[in-house]
Amino acid sequence: MQIQTGLEAGVEGALLKADVRDLDFYYGSFHALKRVTMPVYDRKVTALIGPSGCGKSTLLRCFNRMHDLYPGNKYAGGGIVLQPDNTNLLSPDVDPIEVRMRISMVFQKPNPFPKSIYENVAYSLRVRGMRNKNELDDRVEAALKGAALWNEVSNRLNELGANLSGGQQQRLCIARALASDPEIILFDEPTSALDPIATASIEELVTELKEKVTILIVTHNMQQAARISDFTAYMYLGEMVEFGVTDQIFIKPTKKATEDYITGRFG
Amino acid sequence: MSANASAPSGSLPIGKGVSDRLSKKASRHVKERIIEFLLFCAAAFSVFVTVAIVWVLVKESWVFFEHVPLSDFLFDTQWTPLFDDAHYGIMVLLSGTITSSGVALLVAIPLGTIIALYLSEFAGFKVREIAKPFLELLGGVPTIVYGYFALTFLTPILQSIYPDLPGFNLLSAGLVMGIMIIPYVASLSEDAMRAVPMALREGSYAMGATRLQTALWVVTPAATSGIASAYILGISRAVGETMILAVAAGMQPNLTFNPTEPGATITSYIVQVALGDLPHGSIGYQTIFAAGLTLLLMTLAFNLLGYWLRKRFREVY
Repeated sequence: MQIQTGLEAGVEGALLKADVRDLDFYYGSFHALKRVTMPVYDRKVTALIGPSGCGKSTLLRCFNRMHDLYPGNKYAGGGIVLQPDNTNLLSPDVDPIEVRMRISMVFQKPNPFPKSIYENVAYSLRVRGMRNKNELDDRVEAALKGAALWNEVSNRLNELGANLSGGQQQRLCIARALASDPEIILFDEPTSALDPIATASIEELVTELKEKVTILIVTHNMQQAARISDFTAYMYLGEMVEFGVTDQIFIKPTKKATEDYITGRFG
Repeated sequence: MSANASAPSGSLPIGKGVSDRLSKKASRHVKERIIEFLLFCAAAFSVFVTVAIVWVLVKESWVFFEHVPLSDFLFDTQWTPLFDDAHYGIMVLLSGTITSSGVALLVAIPLGTIIALYLSEFAGFKVREIAKPFLELLGGVPTIVYGYFALTFLTPILQSIYPDLPGFNLLSAGLVMGIMIIPYVASLSEDAMRAVPMALREGSYAMGATRLQTALWVVTPAATSGIASAYILGISRAVGETMILAVAAGMQPNLTFNPTEPGATITSYIVQVALGDLPHGSIGYQTIFAAGLTLLLMTLAFNLLGYWLRKRFREVY
C-alpha cells in the first residue's frame, strides 16, 4: 500500500492500536469520508490536519461513535478496527457506550459540566458505577495530577468547574477524560479557544500523556502538529491524501498537495 | 459610488446627496421618537394596571382591617363572615389553598418533569412534534371543564376505591388541577433542558455515560434555573386556580390539611361572595379584598422566589 511509504523507520517498535480501513461516512447525502485508510499507533500522537470541511473532525468523532447521537449520520462501509480486540468499533453490534468507555474525548471548547471540579473529574468514574469514596478521591487526585491541574485546584475542589480560566477548564476536561484510564484520547482542536500560554501547557501535557495513552488530535495549527505529533495525516475533501511520520510529512512530503498545504501555498 | 469615481484625486465627495441624507435622518428621528413614545405607553399601561389593582386591593382591605384586627385575621380558626357570630380566620381558607395546591403539585411536578425529560432527551423528532401540541392542548382546556371532570368523573372513581370520600373533596379537585398544570411545568422545563448546549451532552456521552445518566446528571443540573421557574409558575397556577375548586371541592370553609375533606380555598371563597347578594360596603363584602390581598402577596412571594432562583442558578454556558 502506498501509505506505508517511508513509514518503516518511524514505525519501528510501535504497535498498532487501531486501524481505519476503507471508511465511508455520510452526513445525509454528503459523502464526508471517502474510503479513508489510516493506522493509529499505540502510545503515539497522531495529528489530523487539513482545511476546514476536509473530514478530519468527522474521522475523529467516528472513533467514539459521536455520530450516533445525531440522526442522518451514516457509516457506510469499511471500519475502524480496534486492537487488541481486532473488532470493528463502528459495527452496529458494538455498544457505543463500551467504545466511549475506552476511547475518551476532549473537545474544541472547554465544556466542564455544571458541577464542582471534583465532580467533573469523578463523572467518568461515576458513570461506570464507582461509589467508593476513597477510591474516587484517589482517582480524581491522580487524574488532576495527570492533567497538571492538581496544584492549582487541590484546595478548591468544591468550586464550580466553570469558575476556572479557559486553559484550566480545558485541563479539567483532560483530567475528566483521563480519570477512567482510557486507551485512546481524542482531541478535537483542543487549543483553538485558548491563548498561547494555555496552548503551550496543553501541548506539553499531550506530550507527557502519550507515555500512557494513544492520542489522536485534530488541529488547524500546523506548527502544533509538527511540535507534538509522531505521525501526521493530511486529509482533503474527505480523502486521506498522505499519512506518514511527522518529520517526513513536514520536511519531505511525498505528495505535491501535502507540500502545498503545509507550506501555506494552499488552505 | 460615482462621486468617488469622478473625484479620483482624493477630494471628499460633498454634494447634494449628502444634504438629502441629513434631512431624511431628521425626519426619521421624529418618527423614531413617536414610535418610542407609543412603545413606552404600551409598557407603562401594564405597570399602571398592576399598580391600580394593588391600590384597589390595599384600599378596600384597609376598610376591612379597620373592623377586624390583623391578629384575628391571621390566627382565628374559623371563617364565618356571613354568620351573626362572624369570624375572620384566613387560615381556614389558606389551608384549603395549601392542601389542594399540594395535591396538584404532587401530580404536576413529578409528571411534568418526567415528560420534559422524555421529550427533551429521549423522544425522537417525530414523537416530540406530535406530543408537544397535545400536551399544550391540555393546558388550553377551559378550567370549568376540568372542574366537572373532577366532580362527575374522578370523584366517583375515587369513591369506588375509598367509599367514605365525600362528593366534594379537595383530593379530586387537586388531582385534576395537577393534570391541568402538567403542561406548564413540562413545556417550560423542556424548553430549559433543550437550551442546554449540545456540547455538554457530547461531553457526557464521550465519558461513556448513558442517555439516562446524561439526562439526570448533566442536563437537569444545567437547566436548574429554568426548571425552578417552571415549578414556580406551576405553584402560582395552583394557588390562583378557581373554577376547578369552586366546582369540585365544595365551598365550605374548613380548617383542614386532609385532602379527603371538602374545603374552600381563597379563590373559591372570593367567587362565592362576589356572585352572592351581599351588599357592597358590608364587612362581609370587604373580606374578599382582604382575601384577594393575601392571594396577591402569596403569588408575589413565589414570583420573587422564582426571580431569585433564576439569578442564583443561572447557567453561564
